[in-house]
Amino acid sequence: MSLTTDPVTTPTTPTNDEFVAPGRPGSLVEVKPRYENFIGGRWVAPTKGQYMENVSPVTGRPFCEVARSTPEDVELALDAAHQAKEAWGATSLTERAAVLNRVADAIEANLEMLAVAETWENGKPVRETLAADIPLAVDHFRYFAGATRSLEGRSTEIDKDTVAYHFHEPLGVVGQIIPFNFPLLMAAWKIAPALAAGNCTVVKPASPTPWSILKLAEVIGGIVPPGVLNIVTGPGGEIGKALASSPRIAKIGFTGETTTGRLIMQYAAQNIIPSTVELGGKSPNIFFADVMDEDDEFLDKAIEGLVLYAFNKGEVCTCPSRALIHESIYDRFMQRCLERIGKIRQGNPLDPATMIGPQVSAQQIEKITSYVDIGRQEGAECLIGGHHAHLGGELEGGYFFEPTVLKGSNNMRVFQEEIFGPVLAVTTFTDEADALSIANDTLYGLGAGVWTRNGNLAYRMGRAIKAGRVWTNCYHLYPAGAAFGGYKISGVGRENHQMMLEHYSQTKNLLVSYSTKPLGFF
Amino acid sequence: MSEPTPVARVVATPEALEAIGLLVAERGPVMFFQSGGCCDGSLPLCFDDGELIIGDHDVLLGRVGGCPFYIDGRQFEVWQHTQIILGVGAGAPEGFSLPAGEDGHFVITSRVFAPDELRAGPLRKGDTVVDS
Repeated sequence: MSLTTDPVTTPTTPTNDEFVAPGRPGSLVEVKPRYENFIGGRWVAPTKGQYMENVSPVTGRPFCEVARSTPEDVELALDAAHQAKEAWGATSLTERAAVLNRVADAIEANLEMLAVAETWENGKPVRETLAADIPLAVDHFRYFAGATRSLEGRSTEIDKDTVAYHFHEPLGVVGQIIPFNFPLLMAAWKIAPALAAGNCTVVKPASPTPWSILKLAEVIGGIVPPGVLNIVTGPGGEIGKALASSPRIAKIGFTGETTTGRLIMQYAAQNIIPSTVELGGKSPNIFFADVMDEDDEFLDKAIEGLVLYAFNKGEVCTCPSRALIHESIYDRFMQRCLERIGKIRQGNPLDPATMIGPQVSAQQIEKITSYVDIGRQEGAECLIGGHHAHLGGELEGGYFFEPTVLKGSNNMRVFQEEIFGPVLAVTTFTDEADALSIANDTLYGLGAGVWTRNGNLAYRMGRAIKAGRVWTNCYHLYPAGAAFGGYKISGVGRENHQMMLEHYSQTKNLLVSYSTKPLGFF
Repeated sequence: MSEPTPVARVVATPEALEAIGLLVAERGPVMFFQSGGCCDGSLPLCFDDGELIIGDHDVLLGRVGGCPFYIDGRQFEVWQHTQIILGVGAGAPEGFSLPAGEDGHFVITSRVFAPDELRAGPLRKGDTVVDS
């Protein structure tokens, strides 16, 4: 069979449904020239008066300024949070849940506006932000509004006159560092459980995506009591460090790369506080031979399941970036997949027909290009794509990369490192044991996918793969209520589940004697 | 007859060496740690020397501009067939790393070693290595 090696991009003719870019006449999204920090329920200029340009990856051009904060601003945010923590921690669950539900309602009422803002900020297609990022964020606040009310403390009758009561108490003030790949959804994943558990938070968005969360603050800032939610923008090396190493936080949550994850845990160790770190993955997506037993809806779903590596341009910690395909179906299955990949529409992400937008920054393009280069040096065969895409016109300066597939073997670096772009590494396996061995031959263990019509096989594989989430006959679903987190160096802790409330709470034990009798020791 | 000199596992471009020189002059010694994983993974992170605690299982790949360049020992196992070339890209760092010069960040490119190429190391922390 022949596999195309031509550049893949399908030229996109803009449709009439294209959303107007933020800040332009007729847009749903207002853009101010300059944004300050959100501290104590109001907009506060950075102490040193410095700002930095915020660039849209769609055009590569700046469209507003945000605060270039310094550690002094982190202290201001911590001041506000500490001032608010007693009252918020003492707020009844009824009221706390009501606040979270009002937050969800406000986001929902501004769904299109926030979806367009998120797309302009990050580059992800508006079809994704409209259908996934923002609705999931809405649902996340609602989930934790309900979860916190259903979370019960426990009591134990130690003996007939002695009772151990266990209460959940808020930690107080927490720090949370958000990644650039889902600026709003990952913020919701962190903020909702922290607030639901009665904490106040200081949030630092990622340097490439500081703005959409400020648009969120415009929407929900008046709903959350002052000081409960604080947002400080600026460089990670300065304010990220100032926040993570502060003795004034009771927990730190972080999503990002492994070295900073280590640093975060080191700072947490120095302050003797807990941390939750989610550090990425190199997730295998395994296709057994029986997916091709029929040419039916399920096969169509499995093909889409492979192509989901291009979802959010591959900027997903759980990107199914290693496809393992049974050798007996490889040629036929891959041909179908490559045909589908060839039809991916790349272009302006504000066009609802666009399937893949630009990477978040020029630095990401630089990294992805260097990985394709090393893949070629290692002997990987480029089946499709492989280049920085130049789309011309206003998009010429955008950070577009062609959906790419590299065929090779699992010991190559392109199979071992998270590329964080639309680059799939594909290889074959001989049998179940071989598939499992390749799947687990990685430093990471965040996600995995298993595709088969055989439920027993799916179960065995799902249990044997060393990863925190194994999608079975599906991929890239992120419903609230399904725990998410890593095995191995993919991190420590879980998100997206009621169990997070425990991670954002202290356990208070009251050990009460209802007996009047002395112990008799003294 | 003298032993052939092994090829360094990490080397730096003139731009990177200049950026390191500026950082050292301004702040004192710095260190590098090769990252992995999500977001800015695959970037070399630069910190003030000692900022990140080096563990017994980290590998010292070499020195650049007099500063140590480490990688996680497990990551070294899957990277060891490649040489790392430290360079400078445009734009301030997106994560926790110190910048490279006024408006730059450290980056790496990689080169696959030839099968018969004599490679230096691996080394553990505390080992003495000369500049590459």
